[in-house]
Amino acid sequence: MDVPENLKFTKSHEWVKSLEGGIVEIGLTDFAQSELGDIVFVNLPKAGDVLKAGTSFADVESVKAVSDIYSPLNGTVKEANQQVLDHPESINSAPYEAWLIRAQGDIPAGGLLSPAEYKALLG
Amino acid sequence: MEKKTPLYPWHESHGGRIVPFASYLLPVQYESGVIAEHNAVREKAGLFDVSHMGEFAIAGKAALEALQKILTNDFTNMAIGRVRYSLMCNEQGCIIDDLVVCKMDEGRYMLVVNAANRDKDAAWIKTKLKEIKLDGASFEDVSDKFAQIALQGPLAPAILSSLSNTIPEKYYTLIERGSVAGIDCIVSRTGYTGETGFELYCKPDDAIALWEKIMQAGKNSGLIPCGLGARDTLRLEASMPLYGHEMDETITPFEAGLASAVKMNKDFFIGKEGLTGKEKPGRIRTGLKIIDRGIARENCPVSVNGKNVGKTTSGTFCPHLKAAMAMALLDTSIAAPGNIVDVDVRGRIIKAETCALPFSLI
Repeated sequence: MDVPENLKFTKSHEWVKSLEGGIVEIGLTDFAQSELGDIVFVNLPKAGDVLKAGTSFADVESVKAVSDIYSPLNGTVKEANQQVLDHPESINSAPYEAWLIRAQGDIPAGGLLSPAEYKALLG
Repeated sequence: MEKKTPLYPWHESHGGRIVPFASYLLPVQYESGVIAEHNAVREKAGLFDVSHMGEFAIAGKAALEALQKILTNDFTNMAIGRVRYSLMCNEQGCIIDDLVVCKMDEGRYMLVVNAANRDKDAAWIKTKLKEIKLDGASFEDVSDKFAQIALQGPLAPAILSSLSNTIPEKYYTLIERGSVAGIDCIVSRTGYTGETGFELYCKPDDAIALWEKIMQAGKNSGLIPCGLGARDTLRLEASMPLYGHEMDETITPFEAGLASAVKMNKDFFIGKEGLTGKEKPGRIRTGLKIIDRGIARENCPVSVNGKNVGKTTSGTFCPHLKAAMAMALLDTSIAAPGNIVDVDVRGRIIKAETCALPFSLI
């Protein structure tokens, strides 16, 4: 499983990338996409929607099942990725490029795992 | 504790993602994924381990009479080597299982039933044989004597022909004493994908050798192994009902849209009385094409102008139609093609359009 060194991770298999100006990108890890299988639909929030840490902000549908995606932060959505809405399969092919949303807010202390910690979680 | 099919070691060593299903451990998919497996069956060929299916032998001078009484279809005009779909109903006319009946010889039949219903079906048939005092019909659950492999897809006939000169020519026929790659098996021209294909019943000890011979023969034709995931998307795309979804012990064959497998003109069959007068049901299995973004799966409430008109029974993204489709049990008044309905998908309302079954007609 690919676990990039420049990202942080959640226990629920989202990745978080820090951009400039306090904005973060949130996506699904390689492990998550592999477990889900072929992803065919993604439901994302809109810019301005409120995010609450630990609660679902989106769901992705694979051929077999639907899965919730959880927010690592308290804050608001800045942008949803139209590219992923149009091509959900890009999460399977390039999970670390196919960000779901860009958001701004506060990440609770201890809410994120380092790459080493995430690798340990995957076992 | 789940059982393993004879092919389990092969699945495990070839990247099969194993899940429990109907008391068995089976691959849901291999490394190529559900969509690639689905498309292989639509365009080339796919190989499925369906050893979990149940097989029963019913034989004796009263075997035909037993089938006539316990099952809904008519088997009196069936030739040796024919296969016929039927339902088994309870006294109320609701569905205990759907199955196929294979006529092996005069007075000798094989029934193929759903894995999850195997024990329930066996108990039901044994009880009913006693109740209707059919001593001349023997019953045996022979499921463990067979492994079952399904080869499905447009290239299936060519692949099988390269390994056998005993393949059935016509849909829903079988050859009992078939031989594929030198391995004895029953070869039936049946399947559950909407494609042409075959189901092979062999001894459990021969299963891996037979599977590997077929994989080898189909390698250059694009044959790939397929799991339960593709089996479900294929059957749904082909609008085939599945027990526990479109059928159960609260649903009649008429509601399930399976009237053709029920012969109300038979003198007697279990469920006939319960079904009498219910030929025009208030709800019926209906196709839904999802209009909005999203996928309706089973048990999503369906409404029109806020009034409940039924619920979905199964749904998925159909890879070949490239659309999200569902089947639903809907009020007959709304079931005609072209009506727009609201489907409640986990609290989110999405629009869908009723459509005819099978979906391949649209």
